[in-house]
Amino acid sequence: MRNQNIKLEPLMSQDRSASIMDARILVPAIGNAFKKLNPRSLAKNPVMFVVAAVSVLTTVLFVKDAATGAGNLGFSFQIILWLWFTILFANFAEAVAEGRGKAQADSLRRSRTETQAKLLANGSRENFKLVPGTSLKIGDVVLVEAGDIIPSDGEVIEGIASVNEAAITGESAPVIRESGGDRSAVTGGTQVLSDWIRVRITAAAGSTFLDRMISLVEGAERQKTPNEIALNILLAGLTLIFVLATASIPSFAAYAGGFIPVIVLVALFVTLIPTTIGALLSAIGIAGMDRLVRFNVLAMSGRAVEAAGDVDTLLLDKTGTITLGNRQATEFRPVKGVTEQELADAAQLASLADETPEGRSIVVLAKEKYGIRARDMQSLHATFVPFTAQSRMSGIDSEGSSIRKGAVDAVLRYLDQISAKGAGSEATREIQAIADDIAKAGGTPLAVVRDGRLLGVIHLKDIVKGGIRERFAELRRMGIRTVMITGDNPMTAAAIAAEAGVDDFLAQATPEDKLRLIREEQAKGKLVAMCGDGTNDAPALAQSDVGVAMNTGTVAAREAGNMVDLDSDPTKLIEIVEIGKQLLMTRGALTTFSIANDVAKYFAIIPAMFVGLYPQLSKLNIMGLATPESAILSAIIFNALIIIVLIPLALKGVKYKAIGAGPLLRRNLLIYGLGGLVVPFIGIKAIDLIVAALHLA
Amino acid sequence: MLIQPILFVVLIVGGTALISWPLGRYMTWAMDPQGAASGRPNAFTRLFQSIGGSVSARPQDWKRYMVSILAFNVVMFVVTFSILALQQYLPLNPDGKEALEGSLIFNTAASFTSNTNLQHYSGEVSLSYLSQLAGLMWLQFVSAATGIAALAALARGLAGRKLGNFFVDVQRASFLVLLPVAFIVAILLVVGGMPMTFNGAAVATTLEGVQQTIARGPVAAFVSIKQLGTNGGGFFGPNSTHPLENPSFWTNVVETVSIILIPMACVWMFGRIVGRMRHATVIFGVMLVLVLLRVAGGIWFESAPTQAFADLPIEQTTGNLEGKELRFGASAGPLWSVLTTSTSNGSVNAMHDSLNPLAGMMPMIGMWLNEDFGGVGVGMINMFLYIVVGVFIAGMMIGRTPEYLGWRVEAREVKFAILALLAHGLFILGGTAVFAATPWGADVLNNVGPHGFSEILYEFSSASANNGSGFEGLGDNTVPWNVATGIVMLLARFIPIILPLAIVGSLSAKRRSAESSGTLSVEGGTFATMLAATILVVGALTFFPAATLGPIAEHFIYMN
Amino acid sequence: MEALLASVRITVATMAICVAGYATAVWAVGQAITPETADGSLITRPDGTIIGSRLIAQPFSQPKYFWPRPSAVDYNAAGAGGSNKSPTSPDLTDRAREIVAAYRATPENPLPAELAAASGAGLDPHISERAALYQAARIAEARGLAEPEVEALVHRMAFAPGGFLTTDRIVNVLELNLALDGTGTPQQ
Repeated sequence: MRNQNIKLEPLMSQDRSASIMDARILVPAIGNAFKKLNPRSLAKNPVMFVVAAVSVLTTVLFVKDAATGAGNLGFSFQIILWLWFTILFANFAEAVAEGRGKAQADSLRRSRTETQAKLLANGSRENFKLVPGTSLKIGDVVLVEAGDIIPSDGEVIEGIASVNEAAITGESAPVIRESGGDRSAVTGGTQVLSDWIRVRITAAAGSTFLDRMISLVEGAERQKTPNEIALNILLAGLTLIFVLATASIPSFAAYAGGFIPVIVLVALFVTLIPTTIGALLSAIGIAGMDRLVRFNVLAMSGRAVEAAGDVDTLLLDKTGTITLGNRQATEFRPVKGVTEQELADAAQLASLADETPEGRSIVVLAKEKYGIRARDMQSLHATFVPFTAQSRMSGIDSEGSSIRKGAVDAVLRYLDQISAKGAGSEATREIQAIADDIAKAGGTPLAVVRDGRLLGVIHLKDIVKGGIRERFAELRRMGIRTVMITGDNPMTAAAIAAEAGVDDFLAQATPEDKLRLIREEQAKGKLVAMCGDGTNDAPALAQSDVGVAMNTGTVAAREAGNMVDLDSDPTKLIEIVEIGKQLLMTRGALTTFSIANDVAKYFAIIPAMFVGLYPQLSKLNIMGLATPESAILSAIIFNALIIIVLIPLALKGVKYKAIGAGPLLRRNLLIYGLGGLVVPFIGIKAIDLIVAALHLA
Repeated sequence: MLIQPILFVVLIVGGTALISWPLGRYMTWAMDPQGAASGRPNAFTRLFQSIGGSVSARPQDWKRYMVSILAFNVVMFVVTFSILALQQYLPLNPDGKEALEGSLIFNTAASFTSNTNLQHYSGEVSLSYLSQLAGLMWLQFVSAATGIAALAALARGLAGRKLGNFFVDVQRASFLVLLPVAFIVAILLVVGGMPMTFNGAAVATTLEGVQQTIARGPVAAFVSIKQLGTNGGGFFGPNSTHPLENPSFWTNVVETVSIILIPMACVWMFGRIVGRMRHATVIFGVMLVLVLLRVAGGIWFESAPTQAFADLPIEQTTGNLEGKELRFGASAGPLWSVLTTSTSNGSVNAMHDSLNPLAGMMPMIGMWLNEDFGGVGVGMINMFLYIVVGVFIAGMMIGRTPEYLGWRVEAREVKFAILALLAHGLFILGGTAVFAATPWGADVLNNVGPHGFSEILYEFSSASANNGSGFEGLGDNTVPWNVATGIVMLLARFIPIILPLAIVGSLSAKRRSAESSGTLSVEGGTFATMLAATILVVGALTFFPAATLGPIAEHFIYMN
Repeated sequence: MEALLASVRITVATMAICVAGYATAVWAVGQAITPETADGSLITRPDGTIIGSRLIAQPFSQPKYFWPRPSAVDYNAAGAGGSNKSPTSPDLTDRAREIVAAYRATPENPLPAELAAASGAGLDPHISERAALYQAARIAEARGLAEPEVEALVHRMAFAPGGFLTTDRIVNVLELNLALDGTGTPQQ
């Protein structure tokens, strides 16, 4: 038996920013930076691979020169040193990003230790034999009892149990898992706390949810996303362009009757190619996934994260996302001839034994607004009449009096059954008017009847979450349309939609309606994101471009979505979109920065390079760098150091602001474009001052 | 002193911009008569379909469109090659021009097929009237028409429609766009005093009794389409500096306007077919700003006096006059030099070799960028390549998968765009590197030092940009030059037509996404800035080392 | 193959219309409305022999004529061209030094620049009004005329080629020399 409290620090960590420069990650990362000098690992990154190739070339030439004593060895040595630093810094950036994931993966792995499974023989409900959890095949049925670790992912086919899912969610409060319904999925590595369940295994060993999660956070299986591939092509193309620009120089110099040392050509080449973004590219990708994981969302692929940034339409379930899960009583509206006090009293009595949040809110409202103290069922000699799917009412019977509350149509039917005073009476019409009124305002009417007499209506109100309106306004500024999905009737839906500020709503939605809506949006060229949990949601989740399945949901839903939210909080869809955008923005911003840097680097190196051919070109040395050697050295040092400087930005990501595409582009262009133009002028000049002061060149 | 150049530039460039608007509208009607509607083809379309035959009545995908372009261009090349090779046996040869050397025929046929009009020959010395008209002037029509057709296809593809049919498009461009405009301009030139005769050279006895042979010919018709179709190949060797090819200030104005008129109108046509005029305005604006920056630079640097005369008793009040004609005025030379290289035209009204160093760099920058406004049709297509790259980087910066007009720009598109841009750099830098370091280049220079290097750099820039102007001191009528630039011109012509069409083919296979406030707007100042920055950093910086060893070095050494 | 066939058909059509039709039409219009310039702006003597084209510079070296700008091709109107020398080229300095000597220019009486700078085609028919006036004294002396008389002729024949868009007035050398000959100076 394992310790009940499997805790995962990184996943639970609320302190999300503190760990970026944590020594526990940094120290091993230094070692890994050297391990990543392995050509096979370098080959994944075209830009850095090229840097490595020219570094090897210049090192070999250096050794040759050192043997013959030719050339300016001190200068060459320093350039070569910084070339290697450039590569190491790039490796380091990647290692740091991976290190953070590794730490999480390690603690996940600890919870995946060998478990024994109680494999049930064919058709049997009791007879099991103990087998190792790893030997389970898809379709096997196992028994999991209180205290057992669930051996693999599966679906509850019988029973109900409380389960501690802290191993994957970090949330220690137990959750209920039961057969049928939308909460039937269980995850390997989680622990049954009470009762028992029979589980049909749905994942083969090695490809369970936990396994996938480990490999995801580790970045081991990280595949390049479509955007990343495209960016890599652009960077490779730019590298080729600068190969041309550099490789043609010796011949140009030969025309001018001079000679440019290889080491200087290499320095120019390495500073011109986009090493900054090349070095940080994979770190950005890993960090993006990591941010999601920290947010307790698991993306099944990097593609899904990118797609999240592209979303145009968000489908949001009303309940739990837009409104608090539970409706609350806000008002008692009696029919003519009944006082509010009388109605409140009856409503409270009817709800005394009603433990649903709605019921409790009725008791509380009666107490707070009308001072009616809750009474004790026993002292009233009352019996509770619970809610059933047939009656759709609940209430109490006490001392010959009976009170019922329920949906208006159910109560009216009940009246029909118990008395002759049919639906045509005045009270009935009044009740219906009030009910319509409430529905129009987005509320749910509950009719109250005592001894066959209609008293009035309780107004149950959907409480729109605080701040949600602002979030939707923000989404609108991001260019994202929000659509509320609800089972409510159109009137109610419209009222809540207006209150919450969503752009559109789909009322009385069936799963088919949802699917149709997604297809319609996609046909209009929009990318759709939604979240869902039930088996009913699976087709829609699969159809949507970004489908976030709730961890509490069914196996089917989880399989259909391309992300799983471990907290089962549908509101998170909004943050997921932001994380996706942030990932792309960081790449774009650093690419822009990297390319803009070239202007200053040209002005540092070109005059230094050609001043031997035409001394008058020293006028191009607009930065006033000390000597040609110091100029070249400063440029290459700047080029290496800027990688280190930008690691935190690559890991944290460029801050996303919901200000719309235009202002956002302006802002980033100003910061990273103009900044990228100006910063290296300052940086190279500063480094040159130091290089000159130290007599390095 | 300052007011005339500014007024001159504003009137010519601004005036042309004004005329380009209605012309763009007309060109849209001519090239894309149906618009998005799919009704019966109009009378012209039916006529062109019957001329082209059955193959021209079928819609083409990008591959078929491309194959048709190539097929027609092969025929263009072969026909002109044959006429040039056989000119001594053919009619319309009043001055009895002789046979041409083989590599020169190849170079000339390649040059005019590719809309470059690089001339390693001198027209009045070497060519018969038939070669000039049926060989070269014909290509000046149909090569320009090829570019316009390709742009129309590209624009239709980006609008999410079928590309159309090349054989119909090329006839629309020839007969409906180029022919009427060329006729109007030719008449203006004739009225302005330009010769239009089929008589052979006139022999004069001068006042001092010297014999002077005055070459002439059907110049006006030739020059009109030369200017309008961004061809640039002159009837006479020294092009529009020649008094018979550009007799007065006013013909110079007409010819200058003709250089940029259709390239400008192409942007509007693109905007109309794509259905995004605001976007077209942004592109137009970026192009205009880049052109005007170089015009300002050209006029400024050319206002410096001829350095070679500095120590002599020579009064220099109007800047450098070497290689310039007095009748055009002081700023006409630098203005033309920038416009002609901005547009892949390549005609000259002053000798670029004799421009001051940095004034001579402005035309080179124009050819390195090769998109503002670029060759007829192809300039806008080149701009599209920069837009793809710019959109890709900008799109990421707003946190979305980059999109252009709703089309997602992904790996394939980026690959093709960067390949096309890379090819331009390869041809210029690679060619210059080979010729600068070998006797092929070094032995045929007319100038020494950095300026000699500039001559080589300019020649390859001109070939790769399909421009055709030159630092004409270069003795380029040699087999290595004829072959090298001939190949470069052909590759540099078709790569930037094929790859953009391939991009459109790839884009239109995708699901087009809707635009919203969250998608990248290609209609504002921010995008314009982004685009201009992309063009300058990606397009121009590559050539900075070369420029430093050429014009920049010459400037710092000699101009103080 | 189909594509090549279509290409050939279009070749025939464009040759017929854009080359033959177009060139003939422009030629016909030109010969109809401006036959004189359409044939090359030739100037003929009464006997029909051609003096030259008013658009083409011709060589003048006798002191009694206005001299045109230098020509890199020696005024060859059947093979025109410029010097194609960089403005920084010492070759230009050498050439200019000879010209300066021919005009006997001095720092006190410097030579107008275009008289030392070759034009693009080597056939520029014009010089500036200033450059013509610069030569007035020599011509007056050679022809036995009063210098103001020659200057008056220059002023009369000078024009601003682009109106208000050009600052410098220019004058056509051949027409100027024809006018000089026409003023009654005895022919040699």
